[in-house]
Amino acid sequence: MHPGIIFFLVILGSILFHIFTPWYWTDIASNWGGMDDTITLTFWVGGGVFVAVCLFMVYCVFKFSYKEDRKAEYKPEDKRLEKILTWATTLGVIALLAPGLIIWNQYVTVPKNALEIDVMAWQWGWQYRLPGKDGKLGTTQVININDENPFGINLDDPYGKDDVMIQSDAINLKNNRPVKILLRSVDVLHNWYVPQFRAKMDAVPGVVTFYWFEPNKTGEYEVLCAEYCGVGHYAMRGTVLVQDEQEYETWLGEQETFLDLIAKQQNLVIGDTKLAKNNNLNKE
Amino acid sequence: MSDEYDNNKTYQAQSSETMGGSAPTSPDMDYVRPAEIPDQELYHGHSFITKWVFCQDAKVIGVQYFLTAVFTGIVGLILSWLMRLQLGFPGAAGFMTAEHYYQFVTMHGMIMVVYFLTALFLGGFGNYLIPLMVGARDMVFPYVNMISFWMFFIAVAVLMASFFVPGGPTGAGWTLYPPQTILPGTPGAGMGILLMLVSLSLFVIGFTMGGLNYLITILQARTRGMTLMRMPLTVWGIFTATVLAMLAFPALLVSAIMMTLDKILGTSFFMPTILQAGEVLEYGGGSPILFQHLFWFFGHPEVYIVALPAFGIVSDLISVHSRKNIFGYRMMVWAIVGIGALEFLEY
Ligand SMILES: [Cu+2]
Repeated sequence: MHPGIIFFLVILGSILFHIFTPWYWTDIASNWGGMDDTITLTFWVGGGVFVAVCLFMVYCVFKFSYKEDRKAEYKPEDKRLEKILTWATTLGVIALLAPGLIIWNQYVTVPKNALEIDVMAWQWGWQYRLPGKDGKLGTTQVININDENPFGINLDDPYGKDDVMIQSDAINLKNNRPVKILLRSVDVLHNWYVPQFRAKMDAVPGVVTFYWFEPNKTGEYEVLCAEYCGVGHYAMRGTVLVQDEQEYETWLGEQETFLDLIAKQQNLVIGDTKLAKNNNLNKE
Repeated sequence: MSDEYDNNKTYQAQSSETMGGSAPTSPDMDYVRPAEIPDQELYHGHSFITKWVFCQDAKVIGVQYFLTAVFTGIVGLILSWLMRLQLGFPGAAGFMTAEHYYQFVTMHGMIMVVYFLTALFLGGFGNYLIPLMVGARDMVFPYVNMISFWMFFIAVAVLMASFFVPGGPTGAGWTLYPPQTILPGTPGAGMGILLMLVSLSLFVIGFTMGGLNYLITILQARTRGMTLMRMPLTVWGIFTATVLAMLAFPALLVSAIMMTLDKILGTSFFMPTILQAGEVLEYGGGSPILFQHLFWFFGHPEVYIVALPAFGIVSDLISVHSRKNIFGYRMMVWAIVGIGALEFLEY
């Protein structure tokens, strides 16, 4: 078979595979449609250049295949053609980069009404903290973390006392309410990632990183750790349940606050608390 | 060939203009004076050892680099087979624990990017082709060149040794992000990571020796008439890649040294306050992000350190086999240099 035909079939196969691939992204469930658009644009630019360059090569393979009495033409430069190619490349690169900058700006500009959620990562699991009635999260320190204070909340911070603590890898969110994810880690790098929300960021020990999104489809989603964090990385998962307002409020009402926890611990035998905490840790 | 040159006097003249200081000042650009340099004392190994082992001949060093790089490449290839095996048939091989999988991923990545591709293109092709392509008798510092290869060889030996130490090689991912890299939750966080860091340091030191040789040979030892704007694109690719490497690799070296200190002496360059298994570790105040800056100051250019020589080689190969000169040669040179410059902005 002529190499040009094989080459053409490769191009055709690549395009068909892209269209009919069984491994496309999951359905989106947040406001970040812009992310998908950016990737789609990247596919168009990259795919367009790929097809154009390859078709040109197919053309050349046919047009200029070896003939005994033909000599190669000497043409070292062509100012006009070079200019066109340079500008076309520049435009392509701008099209690849500019939308990303716009989206990134939106990504770090958090809406005022966003609910702050403290996502705490450790080897290898998640736990969450929501602001209490005062709408503010208490400040924290890694040093403070112990059995009685799993989030390391500063005890002298009045905002911390009513914080809602969710010592589990499952959290619920209210549908159509923007959330600001505040990420922290007590040991190594992690990354709180829900593919359907199209958003993620590293949790870095020592600093608090953040991003936001607005879930817009009820349902249960899987959280994946998206930054390699040691042997347990593959098992570092969690769940997010996006609910309508009423169900969400019911769930929220059932959760324990920091004050509840302190009160409970004063009443309980210490051994029992330890046991409960250990059970929680061993779950994954 | 001489016919072709005559047809294109304007092109020749134009290309000489852009070279600035390095252009020959003779008004007749096509005429190249015969070389008037006296015969040089060249390196000749007489025994087997000086000819094939501790050899200062750039061509032999090129072959040595090539073979060593291909050897590590084969190790990397086998690791990738094992990874594929695990992905295709999970658990089919009993030894494929999570630890081993992560170790294989890490070693495969590091081997392929640093010890295989960089060494193959710059050490192998660079040593073999630069003197031949620019018309130099040999590299300008043959002895340093020899040391460069042996540093690389020791770096590979240390890297391979990490497969056989207790705990195995490091499984920290090829980016080696702290704090995870040196904490017990990661496979090979004891000896494995130390050997990796030592090996990387040796590699950078050895590479710096080789890189200086490539740059100075290309700039100073070209034959008469081989102006910068007449060099084959392969040499341009290797040259630009080496400039990138000389600027980028030191960042990797210092991050390797700092991490070694964090590991052995308990300093906290990259280590913040850390709570592990309910215990607060003795580290505090360091920044994991600092390592990422240093690493990617190396990592981003590294992509083009590997790609640019390949770009040059592809250009030359297509040009030779289609029996045509390179279209837009000067533009290609500026494109290669431009990629090199933009690459540092990418960081
Ligand atoms: Cu993780």
